[in-house]
Amino acid sequence: MFKLFQPNKIFQITSKAPKYVLFLFVVVLTVGLIEALVLSPEDYKQSDAVRIMYVHVPAAWICLGIFSSITLLSISGFIFKNKNFFLIAKSLAPSGFVFNIIALVTGSIWGKPTWGTWWAWDARITSMLILALFYAMYLISWKIYANEEKVFKISTIVTILGIINVPIIKYSVDWWNTLHQPASINILSKSSIHSSMLFPLLIMTAAFALFSLLIFLMKYNTELIKIKNKGLNRL
Amino acid sequence: MINELLFMNGYGVYVLSAFSFTLLSFTALYLVTKIQFVKEQSKFVAKFGSLNTEKANSAKLQRINKEILANAIND
Repeated sequence: MFKLFQPNKIFQITSKAPKYVLFLFVVVLTVGLIEALVLSPEDYKQSDAVRIMYVHVPAAWICLGIFSSITLLSISGFIFKNKNFFLIAKSLAPSGFVFNIIALVTGSIWGKPTWGTWWAWDARITSMLILALFYAMYLISWKIYANEEKVFKISTIVTILGIINVPIIKYSVDWWNTLHQPASINILSKSSIHSSMLFPLLIMTAAFALFSLLIFLMKYNTELIKIKNKGLNRL
Repeated sequence: MINELLFMNGYGVYVLSAFSFTLLSFTALYLVTKIQFVKEQSKFVAKFGSLNTEKANSAKLQRINKEILANAIND
C-alpha cells in the first residue's frame, strides 16, 4: 500500500496538479467572497461585523485540521519507517501556520467591535496563540537541524506535545467562562447557524482548503526537487 | 449601493481589513512558495546541465528527474 506514497509515483500527480487547483481556488474564492460580503445577511445582534466569521472560522478550522494531520503523519512516519510521511507533514506546515496567524489576527479585528477590545487572555484565544507557537517550533526544528534522524524525532515530539492543545482549543469554550461564544456548528447534532450563513461559510472553507492544498503541492514539489538536487551532487 | 457595501453599518473598516489581511497573507505565502519552487527547479536544471553525458544518462533513468526537467521546460 505504501508504494502509492513513493515520491516517484506521487510526483507525477503533484507536479501537474497545482495549476488546476489554483484555477479551482480562484473560482471558489470569488463565489465565496461574493456570498460572504454581498449576498449573506447581517446578524441581528452583530450586524455586518459577523462577516468576519467567513474568514476567521475557516482559517481556525483548517489550521487545527492541518496540525492534527501533521501529528498523525509524523507518528505514522515513525511507525512505518516511511520518510515520505515526514516530507508530507513538513509541506503542510507553512499553510497551517499562516491560517493560524489569520485566525488570530481576524479574531482580534472581530473582537474590537464585538467585545470592545483587540485582545483578551481568554482560553480560546490563548490556546490558539499556543498552537501558533507549536507551529513555529515545528517549522524552526526543520530549519535548525541538518541531521535527518534528529529532525524527524524533534519535529514529532513537538507535534505530540502540540496535539494535547487541540482538544483544549475545541472545548475551551465549554470548560471555561470565555468571551467566545460556544460552537454554532455541530456535526453530530443540529447546528444553530442559519443556512443563509452556513452556505457562504462552507464555500469559504472549501476555498481555504483548496488554497492549503495548492501550497502543500507546491511545497512538496520543492522538497522533492531539493532531494533530487542532493542526489545529482552525489553522482 | 457601493457606499453601503463599503460602510457596512459602520463595521466596514473591520470587515474589509480582516478580508484584506487574509488575501494579503494568501498572496504573500503563494509568492514565497512559488519563488522557492522556481529557485530549486533552476538549481536542478543548472546542475543537470553541468553533468557529463554518462552521468546525465544515468540520472535520466530516474523518471522523476525526467519529469522535473520536462516541467522546467514547460514552465
